[in-house]
Amino acid sequence: MAGKTIVITSGKGGVGKTTSSANIGTALAMQGNKVCLIDADIGLRNLDVVMGLENRIVYDIVDVVESNCRLEQAMIRDKRYDGLYLLPAAQTRDKTSVTPFQMKELIEKLKEDMDFIVVDSPAGIEQGFKNAIAGADRAIIVTTPEISAVRDADRIIGLLEAEGLRDPEVIINRIRADMVDRGDMMGIDDMIEILAIDLIGIVPEDEGIVVSTNKGEPIALNDNAKAGQAYRNIARRIMGEDLPMMPLEKDSFITRFKKLVGLS
Amino acid sequence: MKSDDKKSKSVAKERLQFVLVQDRVKLTPDEMDAMRDELIGVLSKYIDVDSQKIEMDVKREDDMTALVANFPLKGSK
Ligand SMILES: Nc1ncnc2c1ncn2[C@@H]1O[C@H](COP(=O)(O)OP(=O)(O)O)[C@@H](O)[C@H]1O
Ligand SMILES: [Mg+2]
Repeated sequence: MAGKTIVITSGKGGVGKTTSSANIGTALAMQGNKVCLIDADIGLRNLDVVMGLENRIVYDIVDVVESNCRLEQAMIRDKRYDGLYLLPAAQTRDKTSVTPFQMKELIEKLKEDMDFIVVDSPAGIEQGFKNAIAGADRAIIVTTPEISAVRDADRIIGLLEAEGLRDPEVIINRIRADMVDRGDMMGIDDMIEILAIDLIGIVPEDEGIVVSTNKGEPIALNDNAKAGQAYRNIARRIMGEDLPMMPLEKDSFITRFKKLVGLS
Repeated sequence: MKSDDKKSKSVAKERLQFVLVQDRVKLTPDEMDAMRDELIGVLSKYIDVDSQKIEMDVKREDDMTALVANFPLKGSK
């Protein structure tokens, strides 16, 4: 098998890279793919808690690189889906414990029996970022509708192209239709026009993400959540399907009414 | 104030475009101004440029990033 490696990156911190990595990985596995998630945020690992797998870590990526264990020993199998694995980051080491070359080697090995490898990148443009993109075939940039996040995304596009990762795609996260409508949030078209790259998904601001993160259950598993649907659609687009973007929904009349009378 | 009659989304878009011009051409605001003034100087030798209406943008296109400048002519429409 010759798997594809996708790096999820952004430049700016806190825009939703880890949330997106967890959900894209989960949604790809739901579609029947064999997926390994890699947490490349060494020293600040988080993908394990977002996935709800923190209690099962024995070895981590640095153990693999330093040959303290075999690669398969460090990979945690997610019992919710056949074929979903997590390779956790080390928490007590720093970014220099892994080199881009080692990362590339590790990914080459994983590609032999995975369909997809999803790499959660740390914030920033230094060594951690360079490690995260080292073995990638494809890059997805996460941004939010804020000047600082879009500016950093633009910087990252330039850096990725300089590293030979052409045609990155963008996820616009935390969009609020009500704010866009009243002219207080940049819209999808504005951002795509400015960044001049392809859009692979729009994820609405969704309280459900906080709840699902509290529980360690990626929202992609929740059939009714809008953000879950958004991530499931992104996974299908990654697999090559040509799906239209979901229209941004405002609260329906019923939900607004329920909120008004305190029912929801 | 200006911010009252203009939606914050348009303000954001303009500010973003402005910082991206600097980021993409890797010039400071001072250098940008200097370049702009020199361009006006050169063009004014030949044509009547309306310096109030100049727009400069750095656009990413398929195969290149380009500085796109608009120098409207005075009194033209
Ligand atoms: N669409 C969303 N709606 C609501 N909260 C979100 C959304 N996306 C991310 N968050 C929250 O934002 C915070 C930062 O997200 P995270 O994925 O950790 O970002 P990063 O990995 O880029 O630093 C988390 O608390 C997460 O739950
Ligand atoms: Mg993160």
